[in-house]
Amino acid sequence: MRFQEAIAEKGFSLCALLSGAVTVTVFAFMVILGFPLIREGQAFTLLIKPWIPGSGFYGIYPMIVATLAIASLGVAIAFPISLGCASMVSVLGPRPVSLIVRRVVELMTGIPTVIYGFVGIFLLVPVVRNLFGQGSGMCILTASLMLAILVSPTMILFFSDSFNRVPQSYLAAIDALGGSKVQKLYHVIIPCARNGMLIGLMLALGRAIGDTLIALMLAGNATGVPGSLLDSARTLTAHIAIVIAADYESLEFKSIFLCGMVLYLFTTFVTIGIRFVGVREGGKKA
Amino acid sequence: MKMRVFLAMVFGVFLTVGGYDIVSAEPLDMFKGEKGAVRIAGGTAHIPVMKEVAKRIMTVNPAIQISIAGGGSGVGIKQVGEGLIDIGNTGREPTEAEIKNFSLKVFKWAIDGVGVVVNPGNPVRSLTKSQVKDIFAGIIDNWKQVGGIDKPINIYTREDASGTREVFWEKGLDKGEIAKKANVVVSNGAMKSAISQDPYAIGYVSVGHIDHTVAPVAMDGVVPTIQTVKEGQFKVSRGLYSCTKGEPTGLTKKFIDYLFTPEGQKIVQSNGFITVK
Repeated sequence: MRFQEAIAEKGFSLCALLSGAVTVTVFAFMVILGFPLIREGQAFTLLIKPWIPGSGFYGIYPMIVATLAIASLGVAIAFPISLGCASMVSVLGPRPVSLIVRRVVELMTGIPTVIYGFVGIFLLVPVVRNLFGQGSGMCILTASLMLAILVSPTMILFFSDSFNRVPQSYLAAIDALGGSKVQKLYHVIIPCARNGMLIGLMLALGRAIGDTLIALMLAGNATGVPGSLLDSARTLTAHIAIVIAADYESLEFKSIFLCGMVLYLFTTFVTIGIRFVGVREGGKKA
Repeated sequence: MKMRVFLAMVFGVFLTVGGYDIVSAEPLDMFKGEKGAVRIAGGTAHIPVMKEVAKRIMTVNPAIQISIAGGGSGVGIKQVGEGLIDIGNTGREPTEAEIKNFSLKVFKWAIDGVGVVVNPGNPVRSLTKSQVKDIFAGIIDNWKQVGGIDKPINIYTREDASGTREVFWEKGLDKGEIAKKANVVVSNGAMKSAISQDPYAIGYVSVGHIDHTVAPVAMDGVVPTIQTVKEGQFKVSRGLYSCTKGEPTGLTKKFIDYLFTPEGQKIVQSNGFITVK
């Protein structure tokens, strides 16, 4: 028995070590392959330069701008929708309805992003094009709208779970005071669930930054710095997907390791953010 | 009655298969008794031809497995160079460095034209070369400036590694600028679906891919068709290449040899490309 336990423990720590090592190795791999750029001091200038391969500019500034714009707009659109939906599911809605909505949302988390992209091309792109009468309809706005649909299930489930974690005694107190469901939600549940909601928001942001296909299929992939929401733009992830077919030896190809590093750092910051919030929440409870 | 129809159908199928065999028996004989796999990847323009050739070979000899993937010219060269595939297709001539580094052997088996296309609903059907250059550079940005309706022009282009883009950029735009606001799509098929969806679009595809979903635009009075590319009137054209790492051997060699047989060249032709023999 004791022996088996020791084996299990060793086995599991090996798994943990392995997955941790992979994460570190991936970063090391990108640094090593992107090293020629870093050594020549180009890495920093590439972050603020435009992308014009014909003239020898391989800057990824337009893609950084596009990534931040599309991801943050997508999450900004998804946030109020998710908040409303989660409130409905956990607090306001009648039980059978909220149960059905929750099941549907759970189902949505499993839909592959390529399906969203495909639907977006045929349904959303023409609508955006005709509505604004400008541009091709493949733009930041379209990609953000679709991304909002992609990330909202994550947010809804997280919000709803943290609403459910609010102690029953708090809710009973509101009931005793004769408060309505909306008052309960607004004055007790949301303030209590704030940290859980923040974690959901960060996770959604991480997913929005990392998603490739929606941006690749719907944002238009233009290499200029986007000036408006209706401009075609290319995210870092889409850029990697497009440039990966370039000549292996070219500077173009090497620049995608820089994209990888920037993406890695973005997600690392988001993860650290989640940690920070999570620790604070944990501390409060104890 | 029903039986007779059935018999006729069976006989019909038999005839078709039989006729097919007689036509293709000779060059395909070299694949008899062969066994193994050929892995092909690279340029998307090549795929229809590769698929047809593979279908014929595998019909004659099911023991041969042929896999065909896209990825673009860059992928074709990279993967064949690294030995991941047997044949790497490219829509551009591999660079000196690529040929040397990967010790590539290059076979040119077809010529392809790249034509400007617009949405079929667009009344503009003819542009001068300088108009095309100005449109793609973003200098002309409204269809009314070239005789169309008063709507902004939406430019579609291909990714930097695309062979189609390279031909169009070199020979269609004389290496002129392509506006940075241009949308980028990653295959001939994606280009066609984007153009057919967007009424104000302009883009370019291989002449072999032009069909009713997009409308070809004459450049300096020459409409991009197989005929005009073949006769050399339409100048925006390129070779289609297949590369192997070193001198091809065995099944790979036979596959490439087949492309150059009259049979193979007939497939090239029927897919909208121009033959080399």
